[in-house]
Amino acid sequence: MMQFMLLFSRQGKLRLQKWYVPLSDKEKKKITRELVQTVLARKPKMCSFLEWRDLKIVYKRYASLYFCCAIEDQDNELITLEIIHRYVELLDKYFGSVCELDIIFNFEKAYFILDEFLLGGEAQETSKKNVLKAIEQADLLQESQNEDWGGLSSDDIL
Amino acid sequence: MPAVSKGDGMRGLAVFISDIRNCKSKEAEIKRINKELANIRSKFKGDKALDGYSKKKYVCKLLFIFLLGHDIDFGHMEAVNLLSSNKYTEKQIGYLFISVLVNSNSELIRLINNAIKNDLASRNPTFMCLALHCIANVGSREMAEAFAGEIPRILVAGDTMDSVKQSAALCLLRLYKTSPDLVHMGEWTSRVVHLLNDQHMGVVTAAISLITCLSQKNPEEFKTCISLAVSRLSRIVSSASTDLQDYTYYFVPAPWLSVKLLRLLQCYPPPEDGAVKGRLVECLETILNKAQEPPKSKKVQHSNAKNAILFEAISLIIHYDSEPNLLVRACNQLGQFLQHRETNLRYLALESMCTLASSEFSHEAVKTHIETVINALKTERDVSVRQRAADLLYAMCDRSNAKQIVAEMLSYLETADYSIREEIVLKVAILAEKYAVDYSWYVDTILNLIRIAGDYVSEEVWYRVIQIVINRDDVQGYAAKTVFEALQAPACHENMVKVGGYILGEFGNLIAGDPRSSPLVQFNLLHSKFHLCSVPTRALLLSAYIKFINLFPETKSTIQEVLRSDSQIRNSDVELQQRAVEYLKLSSIASTDVLATVLEEMPPFPERESSILAKLKKKKGPGAVSVSELEDGKKEAGSEINGGGGAESAAAASNASTPSPSADLLGLRSGAAGIGSATGAGSLLVDVFSESGTAATASSGTDENFLRDLDLPTESSDSLLVDSALASDSTPSSALGSEDPAPALPESDELLHKFVCKNNGVLFENHLLQIGIKSEYRQNLGRMYLFFGNKTSMQFIGFSTTVTCPGELQSQLNIQTKPVEPLVEGGAQVQQVLNIECLSDFTEAPLLNIRFRYGGTLQNITLKLPITINKFFQPTEMASQDFFQRWKQLSQPQQEAQKIFKATHPMDSEVLKGKLLGLGTALLENVDPNPENFVCAGVIQTKALQVGCLLRLEPNAQAQMYRLTLRSSKESVSKRLCELVAEQF
Repeated sequence: MMQFMLLFSRQGKLRLQKWYVPLSDKEKKKITRELVQTVLARKPKMCSFLEWRDLKIVYKRYASLYFCCAIEDQDNELITLEIIHRYVELLDKYFGSVCELDIIFNFEKAYFILDEFLLGGEAQETSKKNVLKAIEQADLLQESQNEDWGGLSSDDIL
Repeated sequence: MPAVSKGDGMRGLAVFISDIRNCKSKEAEIKRINKELANIRSKFKGDKALDGYSKKKYVCKLLFIFLLGHDIDFGHMEAVNLLSSNKYTEKQIGYLFISVLVNSNSELIRLINNAIKNDLASRNPTFMCLALHCIANVGSREMAEAFAGEIPRILVAGDTMDSVKQSAALCLLRLYKTSPDLVHMGEWTSRVVHLLNDQHMGVVTAAISLITCLSQKNPEEFKTCISLAVSRLSRIVSSASTDLQDYTYYFVPAPWLSVKLLRLLQCYPPPEDGAVKGRLVECLETILNKAQEPPKSKKVQHSNAKNAILFEAISLIIHYDSEPNLLVRACNQLGQFLQHRETNLRYLALESMCTLASSEFSHEAVKTHIETVINALKTERDVSVRQRAADLLYAMCDRSNAKQIVAEMLSYLETADYSIREEIVLKVAILAEKYAVDYSWYVDTILNLIRIAGDYVSEEVWYRVIQIVINRDDVQGYAAKTVFEALQAPACHENMVKVGGYILGEFGNLIAGDPRSSPLVQFNLLHSKFHLCSVPTRALLLSAYIKFINLFPETKSTIQEVLRSDSQIRNSDVELQQRAVEYLKLSSIASTDVLATVLEEMPPFPERESSILAKLKKKKGPGAVSVSELEDGKKEAGSEINGGGGAESAAAASNASTPSPSADLLGLRSGAAGIGSATGAGSLLVDVFSESGTAATASSGTDENFLRDLDLPTESSDSLLVDSALASDSTPSSALGSEDPAPALPESDELLHKFVCKNNGVLFENHLLQIGIKSEYRQNLGRMYLFFGNKTSMQFIGFSTTVTCPGELQSQLNIQTKPVEPLVEGGAQVQQVLNIECLSDFTEAPLLNIRFRYGGTLQNITLKLPITINKFFQPTEMASQDFFQRWKQLSQPQQEAQKIFKATHPMDSEVLKGKLLGLGTALLENVDPNPENFVCAGVIQTKALQVGCLLRLEPNAQAQMYRLTLRSSKESVSKRLCELVAEQF
C-alpha cells in the first residue's frame, strides 16, 4: 500500500501532498523535509528507488516537478513508477499539456483526479478514460450549478 | 476536456495565489497571508451570512495557505457546513478541506459523519463517491464505528454502481487497517471474494486490494479466492495486447491488476488443487517467456509495466520455493537484468536475487553471478545500487566463497559511502565469524575492520571478537601477537586500543617470551595510547594494567608508579580515580595468591547467538521510527507488542522481530560502575564486561517501562479480580441476583486453542454478541482488551462480566480489571481491559462469564479466556551445540512430553513457522540436522520462576503426521505445552 505521495519542485517547494496513513502535522513536515532533501540530492541517472526508514521510495522527475511515493516493503517498485506516470498522463490530459503552474493554481483539481485514481493508497481505477469521465461529470455538474448564482459575486476580487 | 479555468472560476483564489507567487520575500508572503487570514476571519465572523460560493472560496484559500505549510486553526466549521450544501462543487471543496485538514476533533467528526451519512443515503453515485473518498482519506476510528457496518452492504449490493463499488472496497480496506475489530465481513465474505469475477476490471482492481488484506488476516475464510485469482490471471496473461482496451497500458494487458493478483497469491501456499496449480504454473511460465520476447514498444512505460509483472511473478515463485525449474529460470532472468543498461532493473535484480539466494534450489545458481555482483559493488555509481550488491554478496555467501566475498567487502569498505559503512562492517563481522575455518583469519578480518573503518565498528563487533578469542585457546596467542603489531601503528583507532588492551591484559603472557614484545614493551605500547583515549577506554586500560601486575610481576613497580601519579589517583573523573586508587591498593596489599585468584583469566563465555547478528537484525528490522508503526497507532511504551497488533498471519508473524535476550551481550555499562564496590570479590574484573545474558539484567534496560502503568499489586491473590463483589468463584455473584454463572460452553476449549498462536481476533460470536480480543504480553505481565459488541439494535441491560480463576489457578494467575458499564446500546461496543500477571506456571484457563438481559431474557455465557502458559514465553536464540547440550540436560522422563498426531491442516512449512513464532518461542534455524524439522527455544517467565523450554516438531509429509516433543525443567509445563501445541497443526 502506498503510504504517501509528494509532488515538489526542483526548488524544493511542495506542490501536492497526499497521506494515506495518519500522521501528525509535525511528522508530515519532518518527512517532507527529509525526503525532498534526499531526492533532490540525487543525480539524474541514479535509480528511481531507495530505501528509507522501513519504506521504499519511488520517485521520478517530470520537467520541473518531482513525483515521489513511499510504498511498503512488499510493494512493487516498477508498478509504482507507472502509477506516477499514469497520474501524470491524467493531469496532462485534463489540463492539456500540464505544467507546474496548472497544479499550483488548480491544486484542488489535482486532488480530485488523484482521489479518482488512487484511494486509501491503492489503485482504484486504472483506466484513463474512466477516471477522466468521472472528473468530467463532476465538472458538468458544477457548470450547470454555476448558473444558479450567475456570474461572479461582488466580493470575489479582494 | 473542459478548459480548466472556466469550471469553477474562483477568481479571488487565483488572484490570491498570484499575489503569493509575486511575493519577493518570505516576510512579504507571511504578511500577505496574515492579511488574508484576517480578512477571512472577519468574513466568517461577520454578521452578514455568507453565501455558499464565498464560503467555498474562503475555505479553499485556507486550504491553500495550509498547503503552503502554515497552521490553520479556524474554518473547520465552515468546511463542515459546505458538506451539507446541495451544490456539488461546494460539497466537494468541503470534503477536500476535511480530508486534508481534519484532526480527530470529536465534535466535528460527529457533524462530518452526519453529512457523510446523508450523502451515502442519497443514492446519488457522485455524492456517494465523495463521501466514501472522505472516509477513506480520514479513516478515523469514529468513522469506522459509524460506517464499518454499512459499507460492506454497499459494496456487494446488486444495484450499486461500479464506481461506487470501487470506492467502497478501498474505503473498507482503509477502515479495516485502522480498526480491524470493527470491520466484520462474516456473511459478506463469499460475495466479496466473488468480486474477483466482476466484469468491470476497475471493480476487480479495487476489490482485490481489500481481498488481499483480508486474506492475510483470515487466510482460511478467504481461500476460495485462490482459484478465482488464478483463472483471472490466466485470462489476462493469455489475452492479446489489445483485448482489454482501456485497461491495456502501453501494450501490456492490465499490469496493475496482474501485479495485485500475483500479490494476493503470495498470501497462500501453492494451490492444493492440481488443475489450479497447473494453470498457475502455466501463467508463470508465460510471464517468464514474455520477458524473452522482443518489446512491443520502445517506451520505458512498456518495459516497466511488463517487468513489474515479471518481478511480482518471481516473488511468487520465490514464495512457493517449491518449483526448482521456475526458480532457476527466475534466477537466469535476473542474471540478465544484472547487466541491463537500466539502473532500475539492475537494482531490482540485485534485490530480488537476495531472496533467491536463500532458497536451496537456487542458491547455487545465484552464486554463479558472483563476479558480476562484485563488479557492481565496485563500479555502480549509485550508492543505493551498491548497497543492494553488498546485500546480495552477503546473502550468497557460504563456506566456499566466504574468503573472496569478505575480502571484496573489506576493500569496498575503504571507499564505501558513509551511510552504509556500519552495515557493511556488521556484515563482514558476521560472515567472518560464521564461515571462519581458522580463527586467525577471523581475528585478522576483524582487526582489519577496525583499522579500515574503526569509527563504524560498534561495540557489539569488538565485544564479539573478544568473546571468541577468550573461548578458543587455539587463537589466543595469534590474537595477542596481531593486536600487538596493530598497536604499533602511530595512529590507531580507539577501538583497536580497546581490543588490544583487553587481549594483552588477558593473553599478553603468550607473546612475552619474545624480547620484542616483552612485558614492559607491551605495557609501554599500551600506555603510549592512554592519553589519547576517552574515559571508558582509559578505564579498560587501567584494568588491563592491574592484570599485567598479575601476569608479569616485573612490571609491578612501573605500573604502580603510573597508578600513583596525580593524573590517575587524583583524576577528576570519579571512575578513573576509583579504579586507580583501588588497583593500587589491591596490588600493594594482596598476596600473590589472592592477586592471582582475583585477576584470573576470564572464563569462557556461554555460547549463544552472536550479538552482532542481533544488531544487524535490529538495524534491518522494523525501523526506529517507522511510518507503519505510527500508522498502527500503537505508540505506547516500547511498541514491541507480541504478534504485531492484529497481524496474525504467518507472514506477519515471521517478520515480527524476535526480541533477542542477548542484544546487549556484554552489557558494558558506561564506565562499568560497580567495579569499586566489588573489591575483593573474585569477579573484580569480570565486572568490566559484566555479562547481562541473564534475564535479570535483560529486563532492566530500556524495557523497564514497558507496561509500566500496569500497576499490578505486589501483594497478590485475594482481591483477585474484577469488582470484588462479583468475583471469587466460591461465592458466585449476587449483583445480578438469581443465577449462577453458566458452565463453560462446550466449544470453549476449541476457542481457546484458536488463540494459542495469536493474540488478537474474535473469541466468540453468536446472534447477539461478539467478543473480540487484543492482547499483548511482556515478561510475566500481560494486558488483554476485550471488546464486547452488541450486534442487535436493542440495548443490553445489566451487562456484566466476571473473570474467575478456578481452583489452584487463583494462586497462579493474577487478573485485574474494572467493571464495564451495565448498559450497552444497540450496535455499540464496550471495552474492558484486563491486566494479567503470571505468578507461576499454570494449566487451566481463567473463565469469563458474561451476563446481560436482552429483551427480558437473561443471557448467561461462560467462556475460557485464551490466556495460556505460552503467552509468557521469551524467545531464546541459541546455537546448535548449545541447544543439544540443553536438550540432553533435560533428559529425565518426566521433563519430556511427546505426542504423535495426525495433521489437521495442510503441512506448509511457512505456516508452521508462523505458528511456532506465534507461540512466542524463538525458531532456531540450522539446528536440527534434518531441515524438515523445527526446533524452538524459549523461557517461560513467571513471577516465581522461569522455565526454559525446548521444542522439536518433526513433520512427516507422507504419513501426514507429526511428532512433537517438549522438554522443560518442569513436568507440568512440558505436558501443558505439548497439549496446547499439538492442537495447532
